[in-house]
Amino acid sequence: MLRLSCHQTQQGYVSYLTPLGTALLGLAILTLLFTSSCKRESKVDIATREKILLLGNGGEPKALDPHIVSAVGDSNILRATFEGLVAYDPASDMLHEPGVAERWEPNHDFSEWTFYLRNNARWSNGDPVTAHDFVYAYHRILHPEMAAPYASMLYFLKNGSPFNRGELKDFSQVGVKALDDHTLVCTLESPTPFFPDIVKHTTWLPVHQPTIEAFGSMTDAFTDWQKPGNHVSNGAFQLTDWRINAYVKVRRNPHYWDAENVKPNGINFYPIDNTFTEEKAFRNGLLHYTYVIPSNLIPRYEAKEDPNLRSETYAGSYFYRCNVLEAPTDNPDFRRALAYAINQEAIVKYVTMGGQQPAYGFTPPSEAGYDPPRIIKFDPDKARSFLRKAGYESGADVPEFSIILNTNDAHKSIAVAIQDMWKKTLGIEKVKIQNQEWKVFQQTVLDKNFNVARAGWIGDFVDPTTFLGMWKTGDSNNNTGWSNPDYDRLLEESSFSSDTAERYRLLGEAEAILLHELPVLPIYWYTRVYLIHPDVKNWKPLLLDNHPYKHIDLVRDKEALIGKEAP
Amino acid sequence: METLRFVLSRFGQSLFALLCIVTITFFLARIAPGGPFLDEKAVPAHLLEKMNTKYGFDEPLIVQYGLYLGNLIQGDLGPSFGNKGFSVNEIIAQGLPVSFMLGFFGLGIALIIGVPIGVFAAARRNTAIDYVLMTVAMIGICLPTFVIAPLLGEWFAIELGWFDVALWENSSAWFLGALTLGLYYSAYIARLTRGSMLDVLSQDYIRTARSKGVSPFKVLFKHAFRGGITPVVAYLGPALAGLLGGSFVVETVFGLPGLGQHFIKAATNRDYWLINGTVTVFAVLILVMNFLVDVIQAWLDPRTKSLG
Repeated sequence: MLRLSCHQTQQGYVSYLTPLGTALLGLAILTLLFTSSCKRESKVDIATREKILLLGNGGEPKALDPHIVSAVGDSNILRATFEGLVAYDPASDMLHEPGVAERWEPNHDFSEWTFYLRNNARWSNGDPVTAHDFVYAYHRILHPEMAAPYASMLYFLKNGSPFNRGELKDFSQVGVKALDDHTLVCTLESPTPFFPDIVKHTTWLPVHQPTIEAFGSMTDAFTDWQKPGNHVSNGAFQLTDWRINAYVKVRRNPHYWDAENVKPNGINFYPIDNTFTEEKAFRNGLLHYTYVIPSNLIPRYEAKEDPNLRSETYAGSYFYRCNVLEAPTDNPDFRRALAYAINQEAIVKYVTMGGQQPAYGFTPPSEAGYDPPRIIKFDPDKARSFLRKAGYESGADVPEFSIILNTNDAHKSIAVAIQDMWKKTLGIEKVKIQNQEWKVFQQTVLDKNFNVARAGWIGDFVDPTTFLGMWKTGDSNNNTGWSNPDYDRLLEESSFSSDTAERYRLLGEAEAILLHELPVLPIYWYTRVYLIHPDVKNWKPLLLDNHPYKHIDLVRDKEALIGKEAP
Repeated sequence: METLRFVLSRFGQSLFALLCIVTITFFLARIAPGGPFLDEKAVPAHLLEKMNTKYGFDEPLIVQYGLYLGNLIQGDLGPSFGNKGFSVNEIIAQGLPVSFMLGFFGLGIALIIGVPIGVFAAARRNTAIDYVLMTVAMIGICLPTFVIAPLLGEWFAIELGWFDVALWENSSAWFLGALTLGLYYSAYIARLTRGSMLDVLSQDYIRTARSKGVSPFKVLFKHAFRGGITPVVAYLGPALAGLLGGSFVVETVFGLPGLGQHFIKAATNRDYWLINGTVTVFAVLILVMNFLVDVIQAWLDPRTKSLG
């Protein structure tokens, strides 16, 4: 790579530039005259001085309406602009910070929760935030006409599901009531000791009724209310600018009840799809933080022991779905053979290289105290014996089947490694890898038109049910055709238990069934690897990666070395 | 009168071509598997159904097509499903100026670099300098923008600090984008200019001019240039259209909010109205460009008019 400091003369490289390049150089020098010199203060330096966080945020947000989004990047912006009943703690996923609710308490069996809202909570236009705003929001997201894609998060509420399906018309029968302006009572389908974790999720955020209805009816999803100038929110920040594929900007909400303790003056979220561009923007001093880092650049950063590189455990599981209705994956012994023939350690060490953990179970272990049964470990002998049990003399007898994945180099590398492992360990020759474009892939999985399909799942809250719930019979995310009455029963039982240890025991038993039957082949547990500028303070590792931005401070760090030697 | 008929018939042809493009795009997008509402976390079936009803996707396709055409004629391109809350009109209004800026500057750079090199190489035909220039141009044509763009970013932005490497607001990254496009097209324009200049320079009237003792400089620029540049002008229309629609790579590499990104992402997102909208806009651009090129070409070289 060409390395030149800005003081070097041009002669050094003119010699090996072509005439075309010379012309280009001339142009560039011209431009240099009326742009900037290389010693200017970088954008990040200016932003730190002005206390504006510059964050890479993955793709362009699909929307800024809490009731129609589910993507991680979108929820980051929502977390800055809105505040739920309970807020995220900056240092631990297990702790709660009071949000709009000052305090909350469950009844004896955790099936009814009362939230006491603070008197001084305000919308960004100065209106008070009341319990009625929450009732309105839950009515809206659950309303069948709203067709909110993630409404099922509110099925925790009593009658939430039938109301959302249109089987129940009367919203007053749904388990949410405002006793007065500052008291909200949630009645649940079943005891849920972790309910405060649930209400932190973006789907439980309040919306401002007059604003929504100034631009359409309650259930209109695509109205202008979410645009800057119209957008009214109740969080530490308010939306000020939004340009598609360029930026979303939020600035201090002067009416926020805790405004004096909000550290940054604002946040700019940059949607940068191209991860290489994002990494370069970081080196170029344009970002405080990258959403991700391309995995093939990680070894380079590690070799340099770059202090800006961070790698943290993330509540996510990478796995393959097996279609249990189609041969050959309909045979549990065959699926076991496949699972035990995957060398997960080799995959995380040589293929993904991002510090991921080999997944010996399905649910990633968490600080909530749940540890999954660790059953699935690479074992060639066991794998081969399962293959024989499945009725195959050798791998050569296995009929052809394919792994399908959405087109992506990282997914492909993993699939190629697994294809090779199945060949070496089991002698299976006829495994095809089939790329599909994203939406086609989703449709194929939905139609169960596959044998083995790549999948990933990120937890919505810190409880194993966010991972285990999807394998219940007929769950819309099951998509394997797998159904097990014992599994369903254990999950049901666990939902009526208010004792955490007992719940975890039941869930562990359920997961053991899942790992015995293996409609899924666990591969690894996620890590998040990203770059962060040393000016950013109080950014702690979080399992769910939901940082409450009001606590993030920006202080000029003298040691900061970004991209190249400081001038 | 003849000119008017020429213009009108061209206009009619363009309109018909546009209708075909709009129709084919509409049905192709709908035939593709998947849909705008599918997501990684599965949407329950009853909600999927609800959403399809809400946006009229449960109507027969031909009815939807009729509705779409009706809205299109009124200039309403519909909502976007990938960018909820924005209409396709708004998205195009935001993206098109960025694409134009990239396209015009890119084309400007391409002409500034490409034409002189082409003329120079033609004048020094079959000398070492000609071979060197044309080899470089060939390499330029072969190097895809996704190779040039990151290299330019690495050198001019990160190493030298002259530009920003990405982003749009208060950022000079767009210039690197235009430069990438310009370099890529300049190579092609250089070869095209050289070829057509050589062609013209071998014509009888040039020989006559030379034999009359006109200076080589005057021959080159007064007599040969106007004829030699005609194919380049003809190429400008498709080139500009290509620059506008083909800027996807530079837009993603430099994080620029142009229309090229929407063009690609709309298709992968099954963002039906955005697919149709961007295709329609690009189709209109290409048709307009070709139309203008026809007119300019006729002006530059009167022989083409009779062929019209």
